[in-house]
Amino acid sequence: MKAVSVEEAVAMIPAGASVMVGGFMGVGTPERLLDEVVRQRKTGLTLISNDAATPGKGVGKLFDQALVSKLTATHIGLNPKAQQQMLANQIAVDLVPQGTFVERIRAGGCGLGGVLTPTGVGTLVAEGKRQIEVDGKPFLLETALRAQFALVHAFLADYLGNLAYALTSRNFNPVMAMAADTVIVTAEHIVPVGVIAPDHVVTPAPLVDYLITNG
Amino acid sequence: MDPQIIIARRVAKELRSGNLVNLGIGIPTLVANYVPSDLKVFFQSENGLIGTGPIPEQGMAHPTLTDAGGRPISALPGASTFDSAMSFGLIRGGHVDVTVLGGLQVDAHGHLANWMIPGKMVPGMGGAMDLVTGAKRVIVAMQHAAKGKSKIVVKCSLPLTSARPVNLVVTDMAVIGFPDGKATLLETAPGMSIGEVMALTEAELAIPDNVPEMKL
Repeated sequence: MKAVSVEEAVAMIPAGASVMVGGFMGVGTPERLLDEVVRQRKTGLTLISNDAATPGKGVGKLFDQALVSKLTATHIGLNPKAQQQMLANQIAVDLVPQGTFVERIRAGGCGLGGVLTPTGVGTLVAEGKRQIEVDGKPFLLETALRAQFALVHAFLADYLGNLAYALTSRNFNPVMAMAADTVIVTAEHIVPVGVIAPDHVVTPAPLVDYLITNG
Repeated sequence: MDPQIIIARRVAKELRSGNLVNLGIGIPTLVANYVPSDLKVFFQSENGLIGTGPIPEQGMAHPTLTDAGGRPISALPGASTFDSAMSFGLIRGGHVDVTVLGGLQVDAHGHLANWMIPGKMVPGMGGAMDLVTGAKRVIVAMQHAAKGKSKIVVKCSLPLTSARPVNLVVTDMAVIGFPDGKATLLETAPGMSIGEVMALTEAELAIPDNVPEMKL
């Protein structure tokens, strides 16, 4: 793990990059990183995020500035700007059931080619996908999902990069921290090694590439 | 009584002590208000919490404790938190006893459509498809009709949420089940006759000999 400023971290992300962003309706989202992505105007992003949050909050900021060209998400109904950009064909949107979304990312982070899920069988979601029977039950083959960058927000990070999360701000963060080439983390508090007990570490330090320093 | 409160109070009667229950957004959220205090029900919020509590008092909300709509909630003693993979493992893996969801349409065989209106409203399915596929029991809580048009239809014209039929539909007019895969009138709302329910129901309803009034 390397400690860097938020400006240095975001400078590593090229325009058009694929980026996973943790958070659920803007809760548990690395806001400082997104503010800097907006400031450096990283355009044409492929965004992988549970939802589009709301205007002005979380990944909603990226839609405010029209920085996203492709979105994989489960729900965008609470962000009218994302809806408008989708209906105007300014962004290509792939809507995925939430359990499938997180399992595809988990597969991407765990070296699996994909997962077999019953969710979506017999619906629009099944279109164009392989259906595989196991013990007489139909499943969809849903392929693994990875990104060049994962932007993750933790509650605690220690000096080595071990991470712990708070309440419902954990959501997709630990799963995404497994599934990207480069993992960049912001934390509410940066604490000495040992403050997070081994049993309470959720994301082990070797998964974290860059930790954003305070100030 | 307000139609939404009739629905919420009737659905609350379906919950049992020890149940792990997921409530969707809208009318389903109201169900928690009508669960008797002696009933020990665990409510899951799919953004990563079992043991959701009421909306906190003014000034007591915390930005890391919210429901699936991003609104502040509280956590009860004995609550637990987890990531989204665990949360949907619980849902898809059959560990959730009951899910209560809103609906746009339910058809004569119990198929639910509740996630998009093509060309009009495409919010995304969120967790709904996993919940209908994986929960042990699926209850739809919705108004019987919208703008005078029945939401209990012969066949869903909107895209389905799952190929799996729901177990029970509770509306402001009736309780409908699907024994043998066929829509059946199980109860009528207070003051509502069987004829009135049938008149506002597009799907054909099987009518058993005894159709009691809902107990609220």
